[in-house]
Amino acid sequence: MSNIDYVRHMPAGNQLSTPRRDPHIHFDPWLIVLLLALMTYGMIVLYSAVDRDLDVLLAQGSRFVAGLVLMVIIAQFHPRIYLRWAPLIYLAGLGLLVAVLVAGTSVNGSQRWLDLPLLPRFQPAEALKLGGPLMVAWYLHDRPLPPSLKDVVVSLLLALIPAALIVVQPDLGTSILVTGAGLSVVVLAGLYWRWVGYALLAAAAAAPGMWYLLQDYQRRRILTLFDPESDPLGAGWNTIQAKTALGSGGLFGKGLFAGTQSRLEFLPESQTDFIIAVIGEELGLAGIALLLVLYLAIIGRAFFLASSSASSFGRLVAGALTLTFFVYVFVNIAMVSGLLPVVGVPLPLISYGGTSAITLLAGFGIIMSAYSHRSW
Amino acid sequence: MAPSLAIKDTSAERNRFSRRTLTLYVLVLGAMALLIGRMVQLQVVEHETYKTRSEDNRIQLQPIPPPRGLIYDRHGVLLADNKGVASLSIVKERAGDLDATIDRLRSLVPVSDDEVASFRKRLDQRRRPLQPVALKVTLSEEEQAVLAVNRHDLPGVQVDTQLLRHYPFGELFAHVVGSVRRVNESDLQRLDPVRYTGTNFVGKRGLESFYENSLHGQVGYRKVEIDARGRIRRVVDEQPPTAGMNITTHLDSRLQIAASAALGERRGSIVAINPKTGGILAMVSQPGYDPNSFVTGISSAEYQGLVTSLDVPLFDRAARGRYAPGSTFKPVVGLAALSYGKTDWQDTIDDKGFFQLPGQERIYRDWNWTARNAGGQGTVDLRRAIYRSSNVYFYDMGSRLSIDELHEFASQFGYGSVSSIDVADAQPGLLPDPVWKYGAKGEPWYPGDNVNLSIGQGDLLVTPLQVATVATLIANRGQWVRPRLMLSSDAPLLEYDPPEPLGPVLGPSPQDWENIVDAMEDVVHRGNKGYGNNGTAWAYVGMDIAYRMAGKSGTAQVVEIRQGEEYDEELLDEYNRKHAWFMAFAPADNPTIALAVLVENGGGGSSVAAPVAKEVVDAYLLPQLAER
Repeated sequence: MSNIDYVRHMPAGNQLSTPRRDPHIHFDPWLIVLLLALMTYGMIVLYSAVDRDLDVLLAQGSRFVAGLVLMVIIAQFHPRIYLRWAPLIYLAGLGLLVAVLVAGTSVNGSQRWLDLPLLPRFQPAEALKLGGPLMVAWYLHDRPLPPSLKDVVVSLLLALIPAALIVVQPDLGTSILVTGAGLSVVVLAGLYWRWVGYALLAAAAAAPGMWYLLQDYQRRRILTLFDPESDPLGAGWNTIQAKTALGSGGLFGKGLFAGTQSRLEFLPESQTDFIIAVIGEELGLAGIALLLVLYLAIIGRAFFLASSSASSFGRLVAGALTLTFFVYVFVNIAMVSGLLPVVGVPLPLISYGGTSAITLLAGFGIIMSAYSHRSW
Repeated sequence: MAPSLAIKDTSAERNRFSRRTLTLYVLVLGAMALLIGRMVQLQVVEHETYKTRSEDNRIQLQPIPPPRGLIYDRHGVLLADNKGVASLSIVKERAGDLDATIDRLRSLVPVSDDEVASFRKRLDQRRRPLQPVALKVTLSEEEQAVLAVNRHDLPGVQVDTQLLRHYPFGELFAHVVGSVRRVNESDLQRLDPVRYTGTNFVGKRGLESFYENSLHGQVGYRKVEIDARGRIRRVVDEQPPTAGMNITTHLDSRLQIAASAALGERRGSIVAINPKTGGILAMVSQPGYDPNSFVTGISSAEYQGLVTSLDVPLFDRAARGRYAPGSTFKPVVGLAALSYGKTDWQDTIDDKGFFQLPGQERIYRDWNWTARNAGGQGTVDLRRAIYRSSNVYFYDMGSRLSIDELHEFASQFGYGSVSSIDVADAQPGLLPDPVWKYGAKGEPWYPGDNVNLSIGQGDLLVTPLQVATVATLIANRGQWVRPRLMLSSDAPLLEYDPPEPLGPVLGPSPQDWENIVDAMEDVVHRGNKGYGNNGTAWAYVGMDIAYRMAGKSGTAQVVEIRQGEEYDEELLDEYNRKHAWFMAFAPADNPTIALAVLVENGGGGSSVAAPVAKEVVDAYLLPQLAER
């Protein structure tokens, strides 16, 4: 990069020619190949987890296709457009969240869905997974970085307002992801590690107080994390059965389609949140290692794309979305293997379920857009 | 837009961002390493634990109870078989609200309060988890249909067809065949838990109890894969059960029916044995009970009725009832006196109607002394003493024999011991001797005890089975065959472990045996000799008989008057009346049946018990004679 010195003194937002020319179609072939590999792996495992139900596989496949198309479309728009629309997307998302609380549809005791005429039923919280980091990046993109304390506080508020609206649905999993996405922007913006340390200390101190804010079922999940055997047929069931599935898989697993824990319905949510237990049971440690390698490659490539982005806004948004993707992976696997309490976080691009896959792929579209558009 | 005070340094920002992402990527790698570490712990280190747990999750062993062996009579008539019966049971763990389920069931099919009560009782007992507990046995087809229609909203309710024991003759063989009853808590501690998984009934009483081990069979199992809701997905392995052994008995259901009919409504017992084989042909104890009611469930009121009845219907008189043998003991005493040289067939005594021990005041009376005031039977030899049943003659013999001689000789006939092979809970009765008497009563043996003993009174106690055994032994002229019920089985049975064969009765000569049989024939056949000279039973059975029967009557004083119980005077009178005995065998020269008849509180042996015996022997011999 011989033009670094030249760029350094230029004010932000200036239109400059870059050494790389914009391609005709904006996308990153490496990332797409890795995503396709992950999704193929996911489809194979899902086919086994649903006991060779082709309908489920087709539904998942068509969502993946829709998501990929959406991803490529999103990648074609210039990051400027997302910068311009960020506040609107954010505010619209907040509005929908309020609408959910007022007029949402209840499923399994949580009010998460919105039924609007002419639209398929959807979870507005998903939109905030993108809208949240976009908004924080919008706020920080033209401020001096590392951010000042004031900017950090404002950013945190921007992240926590939607998270608060989501946690009362209640949907702790999505709320964590939305908060994580917002925080990721701040961390990537160069937040002093010192402040991160202070925040962690403060969180530890506040933890006992938080306890009282939790719902009964959430407390129970945390307690059973430490001692699942205390309620083996109730709250401990999921964790025990998931660990049994994983552990019984051993090094190379029982073989695809041969997992007894999932096939005999001992494993709950085996096609959605707990699908990694199916991988662990049927393909063993080897299958899980392969999965983690794919995730690491995707995250690595996405980080590279983020740091190669032309604009501050693009870098922040792309980096934050990548980090969120990782949080997804980590929280899900840690939860299934009994390291974290059970929260509803799917395994990205493997678990069955439409909204999250489409949001994730849309996110990768934004990452590609940020990388691929060389000019600002 | 941006505040102009701080200059935004784009290039530095880009560098800082790159460092940040690198740092974060290292953190991501660390987090992934943590996850892999966790997976290694679960999938490698603790693999065995979870592998076992996953197997335990899905594999369940289900017992398949074996069909119980069948019991036949000698002609192949079923005495105990198995019938498929639909029953209604509840798995408590799956039922949710148990009371609501029971209420719902009761609105669909009739379930009595008794059934609910015993269901709750069984529910409280120790049982295996997820084991269904029977609520109602025997569902009609209509009831089954109603339950099938409503199956979906009756969680935990099962209708299964199981093989239930069925006794086609009901009360007739209740005691000798016995019955199965529901396994209770004390049985669970006693029975092999593996063999009896899946078995709800166990043999109690009679053959069912004695041959339980062989009748039960070997439990099979089905290894099934179940899902989280307990539904069977697949049978992994199956080991079919081995059916219990079928047993054919010596019992003759036609003779049993005839014997039961001969006793009629009277309380008592009949035991008939084939002297050639020792096979028990008939074994009746009345009153009885319907053993089927113990299988399908007996109401507590009904059960209490059986337990508290003065007639003790649950009690097997034939093998367990202990009675004084009365005069049926006299042939044995006569043979003893012959054996020890205390008398011979020519020896006579003068029967004045009573007997006194030398130097003692006490008068031992003849049985008809008061009745007839006849002053005795005059000159009496052993033969006459048997057919006239002279007490005085045997008093005399009793005083001539020492108790040791009498005890040793009588022991050879099975008094005081169990000689049958496979009669469950057969009682030994009691053959008293000085040691026993001192131990039980703290008194020495008096000469008077000999006198009482010699006419089958005193402390001597026998069961009807033992008296029939004595009849068999005399019929065989002293050659022993042990009484037995089983004729044959599918394969040798573990329980059938016959004790050493008993040697012949030592002492009497072959002529003695023939003479005693002749004397016993006179009991039945000596007639038209004028008053006081006929056999005691001739008038009742001897005038119209198609074969030669040897017999001996007995009239036993009631030894156990049940005291301290409430019953009315009339009953007391009846229950204090003497027991009537008759032992017999026929045809006398080549016996094919030997039997003992006991009519409780029946009165005279010859008048009451002998006609019953003849009716039974008629039923057995007349068809055989007709064939010839």
